Amino acid sequence: MTATHAPADTLSVLDRPNSYIGKSVPRPNLDRLLQGRGQYVSDLELPRMAHVVFLRSPYAHAKIVAIDAAAARRMSGVISIVTGRELEDVITPWVGVLSHLKGLKSAPQHAIAVDRVCWQGEAVAAVVATSRAAAEDAMEHITVDYEELEAVTDMRAALDPATPVIHAALGDNLAFERTINAGDVDLALSESEVVEADFVFGRHTGVTLEPRAVVADWNAAEARLTIYQGTQAPHMVQNIAALHLGLREAQVRVVCKDVGGSFGIKVHIYADEMATYALSKLLRRPVKFVADRVESFNTDIHARDHRCRGRIGVLKDGTITAFEIDDLTGIGPYSMYPRTSAIEANQVVNLVGGPYVTPNYRARARVVFQNKNVMCQYRAVGHPIACSVTEGLVDLAAAKIGMDPVEIRRRNLIADDAYPCASPSGMKFEQLSHHASLTKLLQMMDYDALRAEQAALRTRNVHRGIGIASFIEVTNPSAAFYGVGGARISSQDGVAVRLDAQGSVICQTSITEQGQGSESLTAQIVGSVLGVSMERVRVILGDTDNTPYGGGTWASRGAGIGGEAALQAAKALRKNILDVAAAILQSTPTGLDIVNNSIVNADDGAPRIELNELARIVYFRPDTLPPGIQPELMATRHFVPRQYPFAFTNGVQASWLEVDTETGFVTLLKHWVVEDCGTIINPQLVDEQIRGGVVQGLGAALFEKCIYDERGQLTNANMADYLVPMSGEMPDIEIGHVVSPTLESELGAKGAGEAGTAGAAAAVANAVNDALRQFGAIITEIPLTPQVILTALGRI
Amino acid sequence: MSVPVSISLLVNGEPIDAFVLPRLNLADFLRENLKLTGTHVGCEHGVCGACTVRVDGEIVRSCLMLAVQAQGASVETIEGLSDSGEVADLQAAFRERNALQCGYCTPGMLITAQDLLKQVSMPDRQAIREHLSGNYCRCTGYQAILDAVEATAKTRAERRA
Ligand code: FES
Ligand code: FES
Repeated sequence: MTATHAPADTLSVLDRPNSYIGKSVPRPNLDRLLQGRGQYVSDLELPRMAHVVFLRSPYAHAKIVAIDAAAARRMSGVISIVTGRELEDVITPWVGVLSHLKGLKSAPQHAIAVDRVCWQGEAVAAVVATSRAAAEDAMEHITVDYEELEAVTDMRAALDPATPVIHAALGDNLAFERTINAGDVDLALSESEVVEADFVFGRHTGVTLEPRAVVADWNAAEARLTIYQGTQAPHMVQNIAALHLGLREAQVRVVCKDVGGSFGIKVHIYADEMATYALSKLLRRPVKFVADRVESFNTDIHARDHRCRGRIGVLKDGTITAFEIDDLTGIGPYSMYPRTSAIEANQVVNLVGGPYVTPNYRARARVVFQNKNVMCQYRAVGHPIACSVTEGLVDLAAAKIGMDPVEIRRRNLIADDAYPCASPSGMKFEQLSHHASLTKLLQMMDYDALRAEQAALRTRNVHRGIGIASFIEVTNPSAAFYGVGGARISSQDGVAVRLDAQGSVICQTSITEQGQGSESLTAQIVGSVLGVSMERVRVILGDTDNTPYGGGTWASRGAGIGGEAALQAAKALRKNILDVAAAILQSTPTGLDIVNNSIVNADDGAPRIELNELARIVYFRPDTLPPGIQPELMATRHFVPRQYPFAFTNGVQASWLEVDTETGFVTLLKHWVVEDCGTIINPQLVDEQIRGGVVQGLGAALFEKCIYDERGQLTNANMADYLVPMSGEMPDIEIGHVVSPTLESELGAKGAGEAGTAGAAAAVANAVNDALRQFGAIITEIPLTPQVILTALGRI
Repeated sequence: MSVPVSISLLVNGEPIDAFVLPRLNLADFLRENLKLTGTHVGCEHGVCGACTVRVDGEIVRSCLMLAVQAQGASVETIEGLSDSGEVADLQAAFRERNALQCGYCTPGMLITAQDLLKQVSMPDRQAIREHLSGNYCRCTGYQAILDAVEATAKTRAERRA
């Protein structure tokens, strides 16, 4: 590892003896998942629990004329059949806008459609029964009279005045527009070679292996609603549920145990989940909703769906003079609530050109409504689009002037000693390491040898390509993400740590666990700071009744924000413990330390008293303590970055692959990533986060696409037709690190969750184009299916 | 609607008698009737492998098998394989290698991997990839899973030697 800057005073806590920070210790509590004894919401059963299934619209756009559920109501096991109109009395509609995204508009959305459906899959009625099977049986006996309306599907046509407006009251189908104009793009381009291309990105979706699941339990006697839900943001769910059900937040508890995958899919609040909360309140009993796979495809948020025209200016010596983009993205009929569907496009215009020095940047993003499923934030929001456009253009520019793709990057990436600095779009960079990362990547992949191998194979008609993609990544978001726009989505996180009566540590944190290792990193940090072994640290999370208020886990914020809160809370508790230890031992707090679960002398390390003995005295024999001492063996701290709205991180990826020019098939041979996420708490967890992210990016690059027909029908809404990467097609992925800690926290951690997804597709697309360059084929569309490749080769 | 049918089978070695509707699939029977929730359901159409269990020694997708088809059979789920210790070394290798994140695919992965290791003592990486290629994992990128299965094969071979 290369430490690019690490001032000595930030290392005190991290360098403690027996520190777990920086070590690949196995995650605690994995046995429960390995033995099939996890507690996912889909496993949960409560007394008197009913099951809900939703009758969903077969049309992308239609008026609901009449719903006849009389026959279904009489069927055995049916508890209730509820329409949108009836549910309106229990839960209010919402509008997914944020005030800092100026001009963003959307229409009121209901938990269940009232009068009109706007996408194929929108719920029109809820069937609640004693079992899911009974509810499904009854659903088949409901008849709905629809009057089909014209569906707006193509995002370019959506803005055409001749196209119907989906929400008449909004005037047109443009939900949001933002432009950036920095420097003098026209002048720069007029003095440069200019290359341009249209980039097309398919719609894809998260395909969490456990579908969305929720159990809502309204206890009428307590007037409290308990929501068990696989969510990334329990406090956000609490707030929204309370708001729309007319409750106080204290009347809503959100519990989130194991979650079978999330990737941003489970950070939103869906209409069917809102309906489930409302049904529980209406029917005064627990109601469970688990999406089936077809429903997941039709209703889990879709992602991306962009067409982006990009231009780059380059001088003969390789200097990049300007970037210009015009991005169009389709978000379905509503801006998602409460995070809005404009964030992705906003992120794209923020990030394009990000790794490179050029003052000249012009961008326009337009976000349009369509009669398709809602589109919103998914892992690496906007990053893959920005990276693919930027890196696609840089490669095209290099080809235009006949320069090696590595060389053009070397000449234009922001210098590692240029920080702090800002991008033309106004993003503030604290410390990035593009050059160190690129150098490391080239070593790992042995770039020159690979180029030689590529050339040798070409003579044997084997077409391999090398693709490189540098990227920047938004992590550790502050209130600038949502809070400033009026959303009640906390950007701070809190951790409470306490020493129990046997000298073990209990730690409650507001970040959540979806398998990326939040529990582990929290225990590692707390154990390190307190000098307590990890087995003695228990982490509690995912329960709004039992954790401090906070944001949860999304946008790569768990380690950087929740981790720092854990560190500060543990430091405060440590001080409290040493204060009481000093009193007991007639020493001074500075003369003592905690190592291996014992209080020791700071100077010679001699053991003085074990933590369990200290705890025994404090809890059971406080009468033996000196007068006036009231030990507090509990401490709470909160944290949010204030100086930088986001901690930018950076990295670079490379793909090595082979294209079969006869069949159009791509075989991935090897993939490399170098990432700089600041302080690494658990190298194995970071690497596996990145690998998982890469594979999601590779899925987007080669396989994944939600395919709609012109009437707005999703034609591949099942796992057999929507392809995701399987073990057979995935290459080994080698990961390297450069470490530039953020100085905004003592821990210095930045996020790593988006990095893999951010750059993978760009690296693959560049590699495919590299392989096909001699054929004169240039592809700027993903997924790179055999059909797309053969078309570009002129074979079909 | 059709009437429940009586079935008798062994589940993790325990004799079970039950009345089930003919349409009930084995995954739902295990999860809902027997509360063995370690068998996960990811797609309900035979693609993802999360519901993999062992029936009379063969791995099957329990979402594609009806409970009535298990009449007289011996069904083993992740709970049974964990308690018997049969896959303890594989589980330890998964833990060591962080070969799971959310853990939802994991029971199916473990049962499928165990099936491979029973057939082939030292599979190469490609063989592992292929044997596992009916099991989706959305979190790990597969590499850690491969590593864990490979490591288990090695330690088992050493133990035999
Ligand atoms: S649930 Fe059976 S294979 Fe997916
Ligand atoms: S660990 Fe989440 S699906 Fe495999």
